[in-house]
Amino acid sequence: METIATTEWLAACRVEDAVKNGGVCVRHGNEQIALFYFTRRNEWYATQNECPHRRQMALSRGMLGSVGEEPKIACPFHKKTFSLSSGECLSGGECAIKTYPVKVENGLVYIGLDD
Amino acid sequence: MDKKTIVVIGNGMVGHRFCEKIVGKTDKFNIMVFGDEPRRAYDRVHLSDYVKKKDVDDLYLCKSDWYVRQNIKLYLNDPVKSINRTTKTIQSSNGVVIEYDFLVLATGSKAFVPNIPGVEKEGVFVYRTIEDLDLIKSYSVSVHQGVVLGGGLLGLEAAKAMMDLGIPSVAVIEAAPRLMPRQIDRGGSEILRRRLEQFGLSVYADRRAYRIEGDGSIRELRFDDGSVIKADMLIISAGICPRDELARECGIDVGERGGIVVDEYMQTSDPSVFAIGECALFEDTIYGLVAPGYEMADVAAARICEEGKIFRRFDMSTRLKLVGVEVASFGDPFMEAPYARTIVFEDKNDGIYKRLNVSNDGKYLLGGILVGDARDYNLLLQTVNNRLELPDSPGDLIMHTKEPIGTADGAGLSALPDNALICSCEGVTKGEICRAVMEAGCENADSVRQCTKAGSGCGGCIPMVKDLVVAAMKQQGKYIRNVVCEHFSLSRQELYDLIKIHRLESYNEVLDALGQGDGCEVCKPLISSLLASIWNDMILRKGNDTAQDSNDRFLANIQKGGTYSVVPRIPGGEITPDRLVVIGEVAKKYGLYTKITGAQRIDMFGAYLDDLPLIWEELIAAGFESGHAYGKALRTVKSCVGSTWCRFGLHDSVSFAIQIEERYRGLRAPHKIKSAVSGCIRECAEAQSKDFGIIATEKGWNLYVCGNGGSKPQHALLLAADVDSETCIRYIDRFLMFYIRTADPLTRTATWLNKMEGGIEYLRNVVVNDSLGMAAQWEAEMEDRARDYRCEWKAAVEDPEIRKRFSHFVNAPGEKDPTVKFEEMRGQKRAADWTLI
Ligand code: SRM
Ligand SMILES: Cc1cc2nc3c(=O)[nH]c(=O)nc-3n(C[C@H](O)[C@H](O)[C@H](O)COP(=O)(O)OP(=O)(O)OC[C@H]3O[C@@H](n4cnc5c(N)ncnc54)[C@H](O)[C@@H]3O)c2cc1C
Ligand code: SF4
Ligand code: FES
Repeated sequence: METIATTEWLAACRVEDAVKNGGVCVRHGNEQIALFYFTRRNEWYATQNECPHRRQMALSRGMLGSVGEEPKIACPFHKKTFSLSSGECLSGGECAIKTYPVKVENGLVYIGLDD
Repeated sequence: MDKKTIVVIGNGMVGHRFCEKIVGKTDKFNIMVFGDEPRRAYDRVHLSDYVKKKDVDDLYLCKSDWYVRQNIKLYLNDPVKSINRTTKTIQSSNGVVIEYDFLVLATGSKAFVPNIPGVEKEGVFVYRTIEDLDLIKSYSVSVHQGVVLGGGLLGLEAAKAMMDLGIPSVAVIEAAPRLMPRQIDRGGSEILRRRLEQFGLSVYADRRAYRIEGDGSIRELRFDDGSVIKADMLIISAGICPRDELARECGIDVGERGGIVVDEYMQTSDPSVFAIGECALFEDTIYGLVAPGYEMADVAAARICEEGKIFRRFDMSTRLKLVGVEVASFGDPFMEAPYARTIVFEDKNDGIYKRLNVSNDGKYLLGGILVGDARDYNLLLQTVNNRLELPDSPGDLIMHTKEPIGTADGAGLSALPDNALICSCEGVTKGEICRAVMEAGCENADSVRQCTKAGSGCGGCIPMVKDLVVAAMKQQGKYIRNVVCEHFSLSRQELYDLIKIHRLESYNEVLDALGQGDGCEVCKPLISSLLASIWNDMILRKGNDTAQDSNDRFLANIQKGGTYSVVPRIPGGEITPDRLVVIGEVAKKYGLYTKITGAQRIDMFGAYLDDLPLIWEELIAAGFESGHAYGKALRTVKSCVGSTWCRFGLHDSVSFAIQIEERYRGLRAPHKIKSAVSGCIRECAEAQSKDFGIIATEKGWNLYVCGNGGSKPQHALLLAADVDSETCIRYIDRFLMFYIRTADPLTRTATWLNKMEGGIEYLRNVVVNDSLGMAAQWEAEMEDRARDYRCEWKAAVEDPEIRKRFSHFVNAPGEKDPTVKFEEMRGQKRAADWTLI
């Protein structure tokens, strides 16, 4: 479905600054967003950087992976895993994380911020 | 309409289980279920988890559409008001009237509230449903002193919940002279009380509450001995009271002290009415546990389907974890002379109490109690239930000079008969588990759980299930493959060989060549560790950085709050004053907390990610190198001062420790490896608790292997005696290579040896007598890697590509994470506590 609401696109970094098959953390005012370059699948994802489990600013330092087809990120602290596409916690118990759309244009990576 | 109708009253744990059992057998009934609570059945046993978690989803016993899919009509929030046995109808509060052929009462119980003046005051609660917990949660916010009335199992759980809610002071009141009077004896209670007090819980036994004071809301609690205790909140947990009111009103027999009387088929005095779970009274007993309730559900369902199954007196053995203390009782816990002999082991220091009741002829175990350490519960319970004959000195069973009996080799397990109950929550026997393996093809505990439900309750039986799976597979002659995860259907050993043969050097190459999917947090670190062991490359190159566990990826241990610790190598624990000064200066400059570690080095905590390369640059300039405190690698070789100063020293243990540490530094392995060298048998370096340890003798060195500290300590065993330094090192080379080559992931050398067929004799044969003919190759490989060793922190700070990654913000390099918080303590900083929501 096309979103009609205007999305503000944050220029996050250059493609070559992103970590291949890993994450980086992007500052947006007081917010922190984790940006993942899933090179293996040629996909980009962005989520909140804070892990809801113990509220650590750490997801960008986590480990990418998949269960079945679902791409996921494992928090470095206690390895809770979250779906990158829906944000849902895959290890149970924790609330879902926020996800953001990502686009790449002219070698720049943009993160979509709603409203 | 020819289908008969079953009406179930009560959608609790047992009522739900009954539905599962019936639909599992047949679809020839119309089933209607009435529940008093607003939600579908949930796991009351784990109710306390809801204190910390935010939503109830994890507690539900089935998916939201389960009842619809099973064609069961579920009326929630609609308690049944009356039963008419003449017309065989029930009427609900919302006015639904239904005719039944079979009626099943699964109404459970409610908290028993004693008749104390003031119980109606605000701030007084019971602890049974999610709604109760919601009320407790919202009231607890401004509470300073919480009190629980009742020191039984549920009371202690309620007290734990109060502590988890952050109530600063929590007390438990028990009317009997001791805690948990029904499950454990005086000695056990005493130990339990001490442990609970250590956790910050106050315990008052032998007090009977007599009045609750306060205007409107509770303020204090008065006792019959005249004493008073302050209380802003009270949870009453003084026992349970079966909900037999519907049965009572329609003239079904109930017990004198409550409970719906049932026979061994769960039928009440009216044969078309059944009662199961906590509302049922069987042979004068109400079973306040879920396992017997489940059994009753099974029996009632069988009876309705005309299968012959009966309920027998149920074993009330339990194992619980209360406020962090394990408590278990099994068989007849209280039996004593002249009917039995008792063996008691008590350790007031560690807070452990164990009691065994043994038959007068010393042959059989009749029951017992475990407090503080219940790891032997499963096997002791099996020993009672199956009347297994006891060894000559049964006291050894609880003394733990050796391995816990359950894990030794599963020897205890093979002695069990097929009908031995392994999972008592779900009533699954050894035979059923073995059949799941042999006939249904289950190959691990997870699939056995899906197939039989074993292990889905409290989880206490999972270690035994695992052992049984392995035993059953072996029996079938099946090769037991410990596959890594969904991305690799290979074992660690197989991966090791394939990576080497195909010369694969990066995680991605390995995944492309040998795996499927995109990897995960299980296979990535495992393969990274193999690559490091095999190729000895800088671990962050070739795209392997993102496949490393967090600590390896940033070459430092991540801490609470997201900062890191820095541990330079201090070989043998020897350090010059100048280097001590450097550590002091670096720590001061970067604001780090310093501490002497338990392994003779210095740890600097609280470093920002962005500061790590700067810190290491300064340390490296002063001659330090990585201590690999973050890696599954060699940690330290501890030493005692040895013959250079010590009047007893036989050889120079410090020099030898340094030599050894430098030979194996950076060696990646399935788990961390630790070592120590002592200068004489006084053993000040604690070498016998290490993966390999060396002790000087008159004639040379004794080499010990496979010791462990940690959670399951184990003494190292002598591998070779009186060897010279060179031989000692050759043996260590072989020992370590053999370990790296064959151990399962995350297995320390002690566990590796415990699982090795032939044990230390076999190991000695391989290492000392070179029975595999690998010695020369292993020594050469070790020699090469020792020669090629490079400090990975040096490589990291010198490589701009790697260095770039030590930055918190990609769009604001050098700017530190503003969310990191420290607190002050004894003149240094510490990490702020987890912030919980
Ligand atoms: C810093 C230190 C505690 C201290 O302040 O003294 C420590 C700290 C940690 N230990 Fe330890 N252990 C430390 C000495 C020990 C010792 C004592 C020793 O080495 O002589 C032991 C028992 C000996 C042994 O290992 O056999 C020990 C047994 C463990 C274990 C249990 C291992 C086991 O086999 O059961 C773990 C958990 C693990 O590795 O899986 C562990 C894990 C940890 C971790 C890495 C936990 C983690 O993943 O965060 C801690 C890292 C703290 C940090 O952020 O830096 N630590 N740990 C010690 C560092 C020693 C060093 O200089 O490298
Ligand atoms: C905090 C806590 C911890 C526990 N821990 C353990 C443990 O560790 N191990 C263990 O074995 N057991 C434990 N238990 C006990 C275990 O939860 C019970 O044994 C089990 O829930 C009994 O199941 P039941 O279906 O008989 O009763 P319940 O689960 O109480 O279900 C009965 C249901 O019937 C409903 N009902 C009653 N009357 C009517 C009516 N007229 N119409 C419609 N519905 C009605 C009730 O509202 C309730 O929902 C614990 C209990 C609690 C409260
Ligand atoms: S004993 Fe536990 S808390 Fe202490 S350092 Fe080791 S892992 Fe951390
Ligand atoms: S903080 Fe993320 S898993 Fe614990």
